[in-house]
Amino acid sequence: MNDIVLFALLTMGLLGATLAVILYFVAQKFKVIEDPKIDLVEDALPKANCGGCGYPGCRNFAEVTVKSANEKQNLEGLNCPVGGNAVMKQVAAILGLEVEEKEPLIAVIRCNGSKANSPAKVQFDGASSCAFAHNLFAGEGGCQFGCLGLGDCVDSCDFDAIHMNPETGLPVVNDKCVACGACVKACPRGIIELRNKGKKDRRIFVSCINKEKGGPAKKNCSVACIGCSKCFQVCPYEAITMANNLAYIDFEKCKLCRKCVEVCPTDAIHELNFPLRKVKAETGAQEIQEEKPSKVAAVATAESASQETKNDNIV
Amino acid sequence: MNSLKTFAPGGVHPEENKFSENTPISSLPLPKQLVIPLGQNLGAPPKPMVKKGDEVKTGQLIAKGEAFISANIHAPASGKVAKIDDALDSSGYRRQAIFIDVIDDIWEENIDQTPDIVREITLTKEEIVSRVKECGIVGLGGATFPSHVKLMIPDGKKAEYLLINGVECEPYLTSDHRLMLERGEEILIGIKILMKALSVDKAIIGIENNKPNAIQHLTELSKNYVGVTVQALKVKYPQGGEKQLIKAAVNREVPSGKLPIEVGCVVSNVGTAFAVYEAVQKNKPLIERVVTVTGKGLSNPSNFLVRVGTPISDLLNAAGGLPENTGKLINGGPMMGKSISSPDIPIVKGSSGILVMPVEESRRKKPNPCIRCSKCTEVCPMGLEPYFLSKLSKLELFEKAEKNNIMDCIECGSCQFTCPSSLPLLDFLRLGKLRVGQLIRTRK
Amino acid sequence: MNMFTISGSPHVHGDESVKKIMYAVVYAMVPAMLVSIYFFGLDAVRVLLISVLACLFFEWVIQKYLIKGPVTINDGSAVVAGILLAFNIPANIPAWMLIIGALVTIGVAKMSFGGLGKNPFNPALVGRVFMLISFPVQMTSWPVAKPLFAPQLTDAITGPTALGLLKEGVGAGKTIEQIMSDPQMPDYMDQLTGSMSGSLGEMSAIALILGGIYMVIRKVINWQLPVSIILTVFVFAGIFHLIDPQHYINPTFHLLTGGLMLGAIYMATDMVSSPMNMTGKIIYGVGIGLITIIIRLWGAYPEGISFAILIMNAFTPLINTAFKPKRFGLIKK
Repeated sequence: MNDIVLFALLTMGLLGATLAVILYFVAQKFKVIEDPKIDLVEDALPKANCGGCGYPGCRNFAEVTVKSANEKQNLEGLNCPVGGNAVMKQVAAILGLEVEEKEPLIAVIRCNGSKANSPAKVQFDGASSCAFAHNLFAGEGGCQFGCLGLGDCVDSCDFDAIHMNPETGLPVVNDKCVACGACVKACPRGIIELRNKGKKDRRIFVSCINKEKGGPAKKNCSVACIGCSKCFQVCPYEAITMANNLAYIDFEKCKLCRKCVEVCPTDAIHELNFPLRKVKAETGAQEIQEEKPSKVAAVATAESASQETKNDNIV
Repeated sequence: MNSLKTFAPGGVHPEENKFSENTPISSLPLPKQLVIPLGQNLGAPPKPMVKKGDEVKTGQLIAKGEAFISANIHAPASGKVAKIDDALDSSGYRRQAIFIDVIDDIWEENIDQTPDIVREITLTKEEIVSRVKECGIVGLGGATFPSHVKLMIPDGKKAEYLLINGVECEPYLTSDHRLMLERGEEILIGIKILMKALSVDKAIIGIENNKPNAIQHLTELSKNYVGVTVQALKVKYPQGGEKQLIKAAVNREVPSGKLPIEVGCVVSNVGTAFAVYEAVQKNKPLIERVVTVTGKGLSNPSNFLVRVGTPISDLLNAAGGLPENTGKLINGGPMMGKSISSPDIPIVKGSSGILVMPVEESRRKKPNPCIRCSKCTEVCPMGLEPYFLSKLSKLELFEKAEKNNIMDCIECGSCQFTCPSSLPLLDFLRLGKLRVGQLIRTRK
Repeated sequence: MNMFTISGSPHVHGDESVKKIMYAVVYAMVPAMLVSIYFFGLDAVRVLLISVLACLFFEWVIQKYLIKGPVTINDGSAVVAGILLAFNIPANIPAWMLIIGALVTIGVAKMSFGGLGKNPFNPALVGRVFMLISFPVQMTSWPVAKPLFAPQLTDAITGPTALGLLKEGVGAGKTIEQIMSDPQMPDYMDQLTGSMSGSLGEMSAIALILGGIYMVIRKVINWQLPVSIILTVFVFAGIFHLIDPQHYINPTFHLLTGGLMLGAIYMATDMVSSPMNMTGKIIYGVGIGLITIIIRLWGAYPEGISFAILIMNAFTPLINTAFKPKRFGLIKK
């Protein structure tokens, strides 16, 4: 009995020792010399491998970052949108550098052509793919710029941050969004934009990208931007530009004064997470019609934080 | 008569439903306004040559194709240019178009409007090509490839056969069939013109065996035309595909990714041959074409000779009006046509038919899981594996799809037609082709 | 006016559907079912009913309560699996064993992979092999066929199958002649019409071929695949028979016994688990034929087609990758 135990111990021990020696030499022979910082940087990264930084994965991003730090002594053009400032600071600390604070971004859906606002004129029947439908026809509502509602953006999201609202047929971004940009690339119509998250999550944007003239645009969708330039004229900060019958608000210049929202005749400009308007607001504010802007604001505040960007002109 | 030939591999045989095959071609009255989209041909759209308020005559050049692959457009009727603005195209996108308010039908003086048949071909080879180009002839089978480009054979290649596509393998459509019966003589002269332009001495007209009267008629007529023969073909879709027709008629395979000239063939549609006849012998530009208006439920399926730019609704009214239970309107045949969103869209050079489908047939069947029956592989005329390619495309594995030759797909739809699980195979194949095309372009 | 529908071409669809294909297979199995009822009487009806109902029940339970997805038991695939399972087992099997077999067929071999179209192995064969290994005694004691209207002598007379006799005989060192002279051995006429002992479905080669012809005409299966299996078995067994007729039996015997026809026509041609193109199908068929004969001649089991099909099922993805259909316009030099 003892013999068996002894024999087993000996053979297994010998086998283990021999293999360990072999492994040691093999490991030495095939050793890859790598900057240990790469591992450290990689550890600091979120490891989502989303590609939001523009590189194929976190490991690759770490390699590029370390290379840039070694060669150029800066981290210009390198940003992990998922980790945000916290992670980039950590990365910079590992590499002995400093980074500029970057404002966090969030994906914004610039279309409000919901089933109610842009009623379907035809029915689509086919593969559930926006890219395919975009090639096939203009859209159920007839707007050739608007959301097709088949969810390529939802499929592209690795963070569970974008979902379809079955009532409106439009996608909704929640606060899990890390601004990796996958949905921006996935949308065949370029509706989604990464915009400044804003103080207290407050944002103002034109929720339309229709470049047609007012008439045809309005024919297909009641909340289309008709290119009337009223917002452009009222903006005190020159944040609004007009091109191809379409207004665009530069989020870096916008001071969130909400004047443009008031003047927009089609409710194409959206404000999110602002407090409810009072009839007489702070100094300088004009008389505001109660119904239309407050509806937007009321719904927006009533929404839970996770539903903040839900486009809300549904009946 | 020769024995029946056909292509291999693959192919399907959908229900033919050729309701309008015995209805003679009739003309339609001119509409009040014509809408002529600029992008009517494959390749670059031509540049407009007129402006708002200009008076135009029937047959006058209104848009000139400047790029190599582009085709001229002529005024289909006389009148005044109302505007040049965006108009809905068949997919619902807004594209540039010329609007003409029709006033009368005054033709350009140099166009021969008489019905006399001009048999003698006086123009030289080069003159024919330039006339075809001037008159804006495009392939009328549906692809709308500018014909003059096809007639210019690249250096080092030689055409041996001219194949004339009278197959009309699409169910429902009968415009080519009627044209062959009613304008056989003109088609044959057109074929002789094309033969002269291409310097070939053999032309084969391929006609499917479900049109015995057309086969007989053209066989009779072709006795007077040296080198032109009629080949009866077995009824099988997609025999009207260029590569399939070549395989069926002369048993040659166009190599993957190459053009028919690689195997010494040029393929043209019977409609194109007729348009070439009119252009070369009568100096008449391509401003009208034969369109089949058909469908179950339509009271009066017909073949109309209509001017380009006529709204589809006019044709539907002439054919008995849009039935109450219409669920789908198709520009083209049921296998490769495009479903359109409204009947206000104009007829373009490439419209071969308007098909009305009742509601119960217009929705697709509910898809089931793939049972790997391999029927799609069996019917694919290009020898591909549609189930596999569509899966790759669905999973966005476009590079792998490219390696499995997704670009060979001719989008004939045989796979989806035959799929017992009613899967949207071709939808994903199209998506895959699109993405792989983008990949290939970025690589360059 | 109705809203128009927009979809990609083609706008028409052939009349084929999964349901139609599945029921075509069921119709094709009717002759063999009738033969089995003729020979085994109510026992055959009992086994068929229990098997089909159990398969349907398990599919329904799993789809409804485990997957919580749509229930698709009326697409006919569970019926086909149930009948095929019944065809592969003796008529006197206890009901509870059969129900366990059905659970393995549907639960393990089909639904655990994701249901219809996703199973790598033929479900009925997995169920059958599972039963064969778990209940070897019951699964190999075959009732003797007694025509329905013949006088019932005793209930439950069991006897070995033809292949079983052969295996036993060869194992005992007998020559083929001695084995064939055994009174229990069915002659060729019996083998064709099914008057021998065996499982429900393997009885009559004629009934099976009849169903096969129907399926070929109905375009449910390609004739090339069963023919490649049968030819391979015939040629391979024939070679050995020519070398040593005393030890290796006539190849026709192999074709008509041991469920080879059943396997070749109904099991190997299962769409889901067989290769996707003609070259692949023929290679797959040849593989099945070879493995069948190898098992029959030298293996521990008297018959081998179930194992052969399952083994080749495992190679199907490989065959699909290695052999592609002939592309149109492939540049040839």
